Amino acid sequence: MIWKIFLFLLLAFVSIAGIAFPIVEKPSAWYEFPFIPGLEENAKIIFFHVPTAWLTVIAFLMSTVFSFRYLRTKNLDEDAKAHSAAQLGMIFCILATVTGAVWAKFAWGQFWSWDPRQTSIFAILLIYGALFALRSSIESEDKRATLSAVYSLIAFVTVPFFIFIMPRIMKGLHPGSADDTNAGPVIDFKMNSSMQLIFFLSLIGFTILYFWMWRVGYKSIIIKDKLDKKIMNPITGQGG
Amino acid sequence: MSSYSIQSQNLSKLFGRRLIFKDVNFNWTEKGIFGISGPNGSGKSTLVKIVAGLIAPSSGKIIHKNSTVEIIPEKLHNHIGFVSPYLVLYEEFSAWENLKIFAKIRGVDFNEEKVIYYLTQFLLENRKNDLVKTYSSGMKQRLKFIFALMHSPEVLIFDEPTSNLDEEGKKVVYDIVREEGKHRIVIIASNEIKDLELCSEILLLEKFK
Amino acid sequence: MIAESYALFKKDFHSELRTRYAINSLAMFIIVAISVILFSIGNETITESLTAGLFWVVIFFTAMSGLSRAFVSEEERGTTLTLQLIASPTTVFSGKLIFNLILVFCMNLVIALLYSALFEKFVVQNFPLFLLTFILGNIGLAVASTIIAAIIAKAGAKGTLYPVLSFPILLPLILTCVQLTLFSFDGTSFEEAQFELAIVVGYDVIMFTASYMLFDFIWKD
Repeated sequence: MIWKIFLFLLLAFVSIAGIAFPIVEKPSAWYEFPFIPGLEENAKIIFFHVPTAWLTVIAFLMSTVFSFRYLRTKNLDEDAKAHSAAQLGMIFCILATVTGAVWAKFAWGQFWSWDPRQTSIFAILLIYGALFALRSSIESEDKRATLSAVYSLIAFVTVPFFIFIMPRIMKGLHPGSADDTNAGPVIDFKMNSSMQLIFFLSLIGFTILYFWMWRVGYKSIIIKDKLDKKIMNPITGQGG
Repeated sequence: MSSYSIQSQNLSKLFGRRLIFKDVNFNWTEKGIFGISGPNGSGKSTLVKIVAGLIAPSSGKIIHKNSTVEIIPEKLHNHIGFVSPYLVLYEEFSAWENLKIFAKIRGVDFNEEKVIYYLTQFLLENRKNDLVKTYSSGMKQRLKFIFALMHSPEVLIFDEPTSNLDEEGKKVVYDIVREEGKHRIVIIASNEIKDLELCSEILLLEKFK
Repeated sequence: MIAESYALFKKDFHSELRTRYAINSLAMFIIVAISVILFSIGNETITESLTAGLFWVVIFFTAMSGLSRAFVSEEERGTTLTLQLIASPTTVFSGKLIFNLILVFCMNLVIALLYSALFEKFVVQNFPLFLLTFILGNIGLAVASTIIAAIIAKAGAKGTLYPVLSFPILLPLILTCVQLTLFSFDGTSFEEAQFELAIVVGYDVIMFTASYMLFDFIWKD
């Protein structure tokens, strides 16, 4: 319970700090952020956009790992874990896409320009959408778990291609891509120490939040599943 | 005579979280007629599908051995002959074409004489060039037996073997079962008393919950 | 093993000859799809890059129209069990893949011919590059479409689900092939197109391997 309160305070602090702290040319007070050429005022999105994008990737990886484990053990609990991760992945993916598009409007003038990173995150969104469409079309839970696990693995195999083709196929506007001479604020550490602090606190806070939601998610899937089975009467079973 | 054996070790099956059967054990060797009985829904079809390697068990093992060599799942299909009501053959082809295609896909020789012998036994010889689409359900069932016997498998699995058959058809089937039981392992899953009367050993599936 | 897969392919081929389902409907689909595009364009001249893109769009949707049949027809008729009894999973996948490969090549050949006849900017300067793209792209398309077809054959709502599942998986391939097609229009040399060609080869190899490894899980209940 204590750590949940701690998490709440952490995320509240991060949210307020991220939005309210001013960006000035020469930061002197501890609560002031430096001016980063190329990002300027828009920099604040970094506290929210990057963690959500980061968690989309984490969720995707976890979904794949648990899918793999399900195929090995055929234990439905693994499928519940994979599904919970995928659900959260979808949510964070939408958040990342939206925060990214909002930032894009201010920085590049339009919400969407098929920048490589935008296309990649959109592709991941399509994969999640396909996964959920697949799951909802299968009644039998064994089949559902097996087929979504296989699809997750196939999707996982194709995702790395985006990392390779994107920089070549399309020139990037996104910070940190080949064209951006500023090479991205995170890598170059153009952020000052207080900005870095807020950033990493945000990253940690969101990650803890994700794992907490994931645990609650998969446990509730499993409990609901077991409850359904006990309450329902066994009707005539499979053809004998 | 083959020294073929099928051994099950604590075979259990769940569909999702629902238990169908638990800890089924048997050891069937060389030849004989073995029965699996149980009320509808007890998992007879599921169990024979596991024995045939069509479904994986949830836990436990099913081991097919030729002499002492264990047969891997990828190679199992040519050692098994399988008949069941839900088996469907290719209706756009004739019986003869169906059997020929099956032999090619299995990678075994298509022994014309043997096939004609079976077609005659099962009273289908004069219809062998007609499309299966035109067959009655009894004829289709009889064709399925030929499908199961054609490649001389060591194991014959018959799920509800006499469904769709009239008295004459049933007689043919019982004769075949008795004859094959002298040389191979024959497994019958059924609720029919007359089917089970042929068996030397019967597994009562509802006891394994 | 090859002989058995080939026998399975022949079974599908002969079945197709008898019913002539795929050829008829696919041929019509290609004509309809290209007509729709031509109508929408009207008398305007579209750019090279748009032409290349539309070329692969029609290829994608035609594939979605025709490649799921390999597995869906077996499921719908109940003959999946029959196949499970006579062939190993690898044989089944290989046989279906051969069928889909041939189908893809035939379809796309027709599409390519129609495009070069009907679209002004569809002029290939570097023909070997185009040919290589065509071959490698078709292989990737066939492999990915076949494994996804195997998946949706076991699900419900098969028709609509097929493009939904296939598109994200095929996206890297399509994007790269569009780029390569554009290169072949522009007369770009092989050296310059190396990277994209490597991507397509990589895609083909990886999809091929992953499909074979995962097919067992899909096929066996």
